[in-house]
Amino acid sequence: MPWLSTLMAVPVVGAVGVSLVKSDKLAKQLALAVSLVVLALTGVMAARFDPALGASKETRFQFAEVYDWIPRFGVHYGVGVDGIALVLIALSAILVPIVILASWHDADGTGAAAPPKRSVKTYFALLLVLEAMMIGVFAATDVFLFYVFFEAMLIPMYFMIGSYGGAQRSYAAVKFLLYSLFGGLLMLVAVIALYVIAEKNTFMFPELIGVIQDPTTQKWLFLGFFIAFAVKAPLWPFHTWLPDAAAQAPAGAAVLLVGVLDKVGTYGMLRFCLELFPDAAKFFTPLVIVLSVIGIVYGAIVAIGQTDMKRLIAYTSISHFGFIALGVFAMTTDAGAGATLYMVNHGFSTGALFLIAGFLIYRRGSSQIADYGGVQKVAPLLAGTFLIAGLSGLSLPGLSTFVSEFMVLLGTYERYVVPAVIATTGVILAAVYILWMYQRTMNGPTAEAVKGLPDLNIRERWVVGPLIAVIIALGFFPKPALDIINPAVDHTLSNVHIDNVHVNPAVAEKKGAGQ
Amino acid sequence: MNGTTITAPTIEYALLSPMLIVFGAAIIGVLVEAFAPRYLRKSIQMPLTLLALLGAFVTTVLAASNGLPTTAAAMGAVAVDGPSLFIWGIILILAFISALLINDDEQFVAQAAAVPGSVDEEEAVRSGFAQTEVYPLLLFAVGGMLLFPASNDLLVMFVALEVMSLPLYLLCGLARRRRLLSQEASVKYFLLGAFSSAFFLYGMALLYGYAGSVDLKAISAALGSVSGQDTLLFVGVAMLAVGLLFKIGAAPFQAWKPDVYQGAPTAVTALMASTVLVAAFGALLRVFWVALGNLDWDWRPLMWGVAILTMIVGAVLAITQTDIKRMLAYSSIAHAGFLLTGVIATGTAEQNSSALSAILFYLAAYGFTTVGAFAVVTMVRDAGGEAGHLSRWAGLGKRAPVLAGIFAFFLLAFAGIPLTSGFFGKYAVFTAAVGGGALPLVVVGVVSSAIAAFFYVRVIVLMFFNEPAADGPTIAAPSVGTSAVVALAAAATVVLGVFPQPVLTLADQAASALFIR
Repeated sequence: MPWLSTLMAVPVVGAVGVSLVKSDKLAKQLALAVSLVVLALTGVMAARFDPALGASKETRFQFAEVYDWIPRFGVHYGVGVDGIALVLIALSAILVPIVILASWHDADGTGAAAPPKRSVKTYFALLLVLEAMMIGVFAATDVFLFYVFFEAMLIPMYFMIGSYGGAQRSYAAVKFLLYSLFGGLLMLVAVIALYVIAEKNTFMFPELIGVIQDPTTQKWLFLGFFIAFAVKAPLWPFHTWLPDAAAQAPAGAAVLLVGVLDKVGTYGMLRFCLELFPDAAKFFTPLVIVLSVIGIVYGAIVAIGQTDMKRLIAYTSISHFGFIALGVFAMTTDAGAGATLYMVNHGFSTGALFLIAGFLIYRRGSSQIADYGGVQKVAPLLAGTFLIAGLSGLSLPGLSTFVSEFMVLLGTYERYVVPAVIATTGVILAAVYILWMYQRTMNGPTAEAVKGLPDLNIRERWVVGPLIAVIIALGFFPKPALDIINPAVDHTLSNVHIDNVHVNPAVAEKKGAGQ
Repeated sequence: MNGTTITAPTIEYALLSPMLIVFGAAIIGVLVEAFAPRYLRKSIQMPLTLLALLGAFVTTVLAASNGLPTTAAAMGAVAVDGPSLFIWGIILILAFISALLINDDEQFVAQAAAVPGSVDEEEAVRSGFAQTEVYPLLLFAVGGMLLFPASNDLLVMFVALEVMSLPLYLLCGLARRRRLLSQEASVKYFLLGAFSSAFFLYGMALLYGYAGSVDLKAISAALGSVSGQDTLLFVGVAMLAVGLLFKIGAAPFQAWKPDVYQGAPTAVTALMASTVLVAAFGALLRVFWVALGNLDWDWRPLMWGVAILTMIVGAVLAITQTDIKRMLAYSSIAHAGFLLTGVIATGTAEQNSSALSAILFYLAAYGFTTVGAFAVVTMVRDAGGEAGHLSRWAGLGKRAPVLAGIFAFFLLAFAGIPLTSGFFGKYAVFTAAVGGGALPLVVVGVVSSAIAAFFYVRVIVLMFFNEPAADGPTIAAPSVGTSAVVALAAAATVVLGVFPQPVLTLADQAASALFIR
């Protein structure tokens, strides 16, 4: 069975269906049903995935399908997943139904801020199209196909921000699109040059590994790819579009933007930058590590100063993306696996934060922290889940992000002591921004406008419940995910010709003991 | 004198039949204007035009399927080779679509000779005059476009240039609304076009002085044998280049484009923006690759400059435009710049054919999208005609979601977003340019693509993210013709963007043997 094609086809067909049905309610239900079907299919696929096959070059990408698409350019429709891609596809598949459920009223013009009524069907159809593209971008094993998804997925997100976002939405949407497009076009030059210089007449990723040998060429091509990914992820100093886009996007779109779309950047670094241009990657490692560490500290400090909840969460993400990039470029198995797991965990914990903040904003009509206070007394469930999601964001042991952040720091420390030490301050700053936000919004005397705020309803509990469950589950028992990720990361690093990936073999045991 | 017999020239009628059909129909069209009663004219002219274009297309396909000829036809005057046939095919399809647009509604002035706002004009409108000369004019222009890229010597090329341009000058002045603007466009186009023709002619004369022939092959041969006449050669080449670059609207010869595109009736703009660009690129390629191919070390640096300037001027000036047609004109300038990067990408025969095939594909992709975009422009109307000002387009996405969606799709194709035809066009040309060692040019191209994306996106923002104005424009209920044009253009943009291989294969085959000499 062509698993990955099915995974992409189902949401596309669903999107067409959603845009054709008559009533808005039916459209929402259909969208939810379609996304649940995708989730179920992803679950079955994940169960059939064999991590052990990841070690061999031939069987590295499972569920592989390769067809000629444009032979003239050597472009294939080539899809397949290794452990890294699989967990990210799973992340997307889990988040989309949750986001659909959370966005139930995002487009229909209800809510305290009284946004105008907009086309509900279009919103959910766009969500499903985006889901297909998210799966495609992680599944692509053809560099060109990856690029096509990488660029094309901007369009649905652009319309979701621009048509359904807050007051500054069109500014935010244009800024998002132009930043991403600019990065993408630089990557296009590198993609073309890769094809021309490689002279393999193919874009299949496995066949391009190790082809570019000349160090100078590698460096230029690396920069072309890396800048695109650094804009996407985003790394400091390419980050300025993210707070605007995330703050103006409807909460559901913000979750997919920060939770999944931005991961394409860090995923791209791990997959393409490292494997296609290993020498250049090593050459630029110091630079990337410096940028990452700056991002970690800068994002955290700026987050502390935010007065807008969504902007605050967006800045925390910039800090977290610093950790992920740090883990990718530390080039140890621990850090690499930690970074991959971090991508997943960050999707869930930040997703939960955005969605719960979105529920608050829907009730009160403002995203300003100062407009809240004492919510905990009137809506204890909302406040409680917000706290758990926040604590996961600040890497409290027992919650999922802790494991990955710890692995990244440990793996980095094995090679780069000083950056690891500086990055650790990010953990402390995280406690400040999360807890202070919680204190200002949830604790203290109940603000006048907040009185009578309803607690989470059944639908919202179904949104938050699964997210909290995943956060706790991955916090206590990350082994299944790591078992899938580890062989894939090992394989990746072996292509980069890093010999001493296990600088400190005892770490694995310690890590096990730590749980 | 005795014994001298005049041998009749051999003419390959079958091969030239597309042109003969178009010119023949044009002449019949003129006769219809002269003899048929007014009420019958339109119902004769329109089917005649469409049939002629269709017939010419069919004969083009037939000629192509009989295998590509290896020598020039008509005693070496007209080169009907792979690239020519491909270009003919594109021009004929695009002209057919544009003719459907022309047919559409009363875009044309009732009586061109009437002074705007005069009693004569009122009378002409009242008595229901219609300007059916449009159809034969269109056919003459198309005939010129067919000959232009296929001419194998400069003299024929000059004749073709004039046959193509003169009807277009006239057509530009025939808009029913905003007649002064339209007449101004016409005069500007005529004057500047005449200037550029003069340049072309002078350049041709100098090249004749250099090579002793206007035949492209002979000029190419002369490059190797004639020495000491470099001044003649270089000045001649430069002047020839001015004439050709004017027609494609490359900077610094682009100034006419926005004015003419804005003033001309939109259906004519659609025709010019798509087919003239195709024909002019065909001619440019033939002159520079066939006649001056061995001189490429000398003209390439200049072309680099022109390409860079064209891309940047097109992209940057488009940002400041407030009229949709002017914006599309600047976008067309930018696209001409992208295409020029392919013209420069010369090298080995293999490299040349891949660059040529890329340009051919780009022209096809861009032509369809352009006609589609202008077709949408004809449908968004105010009381005084088309709503050209961008601010009038605000909130169109809410009033006419399907139309605005299709227009947004065309704009994304212009911007070169993947899964649209524009992306593969750009990709093909840029790949050829990188292969030809023009990486810096591609970087400039990419940067100006990013700049260009800004103004395309701005229109999308206006249409979808802004609230509609209370007295916004109405969406004219499209006629069958206009709907067909939009649907066809959208379908081509999707198909060439998702499944471009068949057309790429066709372009490859057309380009495989390059130009015949």
